[in-house]
Amino acid sequence: MLHLSVVKRWDGFKLSAQLDAPTPGIIALFGRSGCGKTTLINIISGLLAPDEGRVELDGIVLTDTRERVAIPVERRRIGYVFQDSRLFPHLGVLANLRYGLRRAPRESHSIAFDEVLALLGLEPLLARRPYQLSGGERQRVALGRALLSQPRLLLLDEPLAALDAARREEVLPYLERLRDRLSIPMVYVSHQLEEVLRLATHVALMEAGGIVASGALSDISLRPELQAIVGSEAVGAILDGTVGVVDADQGLAGVQLRGGGVLRVSLQAAAVGAPIRLHLLARDIILATEAPRGLSVRNALQGVIGDISDDVGNAVLVKVNVGPGVAVLSRVTRHAARDLGLRPGMRVWALVKAISVRGHAYSGPTLVGSGSGGSLG
Amino acid sequence: MPALSPAELDALRLSLEIALRSVAYSLPLAVLVAYLLARSRFPGTLALDALVHLPLVLPPVAVGYLLLVCLDTQSPAGRWLQAQFGIQLPFSTGGATLATAVMTFPLMVRAIRLALDSVDRGLEAAARTLGAGPFDRFFSITLPLMLPGVVAGLLTAFAAGLGQFGAVITFASNVPGVTRTLPLALYTVLQEPGGEAAAMRLAVLSIVLGLFGLVLAELLARRVYRLLGR
Repeated sequence: MLHLSVVKRWDGFKLSAQLDAPTPGIIALFGRSGCGKTTLINIISGLLAPDEGRVELDGIVLTDTRERVAIPVERRRIGYVFQDSRLFPHLGVLANLRYGLRRAPRESHSIAFDEVLALLGLEPLLARRPYQLSGGERQRVALGRALLSQPRLLLLDEPLAALDAARREEVLPYLERLRDRLSIPMVYVSHQLEEVLRLATHVALMEAGGIVASGALSDISLRPELQAIVGSEAVGAILDGTVGVVDADQGLAGVQLRGGGVLRVSLQAAAVGAPIRLHLLARDIILATEAPRGLSVRNALQGVIGDISDDVGNAVLVKVNVGPGVAVLSRVTRHAARDLGLRPGMRVWALVKAISVRGHAYSGPTLVGSGSGGSLG
Repeated sequence: MPALSPAELDALRLSLEIALRSVAYSLPLAVLVAYLLARSRFPGTLALDALVHLPLVLPPVAVGYLLLVCLDTQSPAGRWLQAQFGIQLPFSTGGATLATAVMTFPLMVRAIRLALDSVDRGLEAAARTLGAGPFDRFFSITLPLMLPGVVAGLLTAFAAGLGQFGAVITFASNVPGVTRTLPLALYTVLQEPGGEAAAMRLAVLSIVLGLFGLVLAELLARRVYRLLGR
């Protein structure tokens, strides 16, 4: 468990954050630039002292202003991967990797050098100097260096932000592997939904120096605050599930949703039992007031309207509870909402095109989800 | 040019010895002072800065005179040095070294401080998260990264040390074989009638020494940059 309850002020800005997040796993700190994400992880690392508050990790108090506890950064054993990698330019890759390892207490050694080399594919880079590495390679070395310092917690401050899309795709699978193979808890700072979708086991949503929501991604995905960060196009429910039946001929897989219900989605390759995370964009979900017939759509989830909130332009966002703890978001025009007489408590069917669902392999073997489609045919 | 006379050899040897010893002694102190000036926020920083730079703005003779006032065998500090360590600074090679060190100290501090300012603090923070304490951090990260500045400071101070005159002659006097460096020897022969030829030989010797030093400095600097992987 990572417990945070800290306050930090300086002119014009106030950070006041409370968080309780489970460990191990990847806790995503998700929010727009300038909302205090980096400040918060600097406080966790000890590089920054809070004005008041407490930081506790798995029962170890790292900072407590009231009890005057402030473990120095170098004794916290918290790894930090910076956005700009910060490899030591006067040392080679090997010496960079060994820097933290040599300084870690013997009894804490749990991640072996060879293991990290294999996990991150660092073997071919060992003889190089930092200036001879590409951006993606730099971040992999920085990750390895931090892991080898045998940390209790790994902080990652937008480690992919300085990379272009191709380089990002080069590093992301490594991060997924680390999450699945090692039991080191991580705090991952990001403002990219894609990264959070693929990596996070827990999400803390930050806004203006505070944590406005914290929980499973499926719950956070329904929060209106998320829209401000991801943009209205990317708004939609995120559901976790496991691949149930696979119909390879049809290219369809039935995903058993956590919380109940089955969703048929288009997947090119899927292994039965593999965990998967689905992103159902609100703009792709159609609502019907009667059970639909004669439509090409593969999924009609029966549910009850939870609430209706204002959305961008002349649209509204309708939350439909389709099962215990499972809800989807649908964007419909104000005009349609009035015509259908949509109101909370009403029984509706949420129509989801199988082809419009983005599937993200999650904590399991890589699955390739299809891209989101257009409107219904 | 015919072979050097014993007196000329003595002057050359003394110049090199005094310049080398002065930079060797002042280096650790210069790194410490540069670190204090660049990094610490204690109220005395401004006064320390002024004190260190004083020899740059004072006439060298005044610096030599002040050293004499402070460390003469009759002064309390001079008597203490004599009693405790048997050290007598005026009229000695040690005195000439001290005067040279004081004069070249600000040059060394300035170069090192500039190098220290250019060290990325982010790298030190990264070293901290990897478990490096303050001293460890300084010797494994900060010092290697500021090495080009340290080398530049050493070489500037060494070169300036070879040419020290006013402070040396005032504090340590002009004793053949003890404090008579190349500039002092040059000055001495110029005081004698018909010393122009001898003066020219010493001037040429100074030029050769200077050029040799410059080439050596360049080679050393290249080596350091390669070490840092740039």
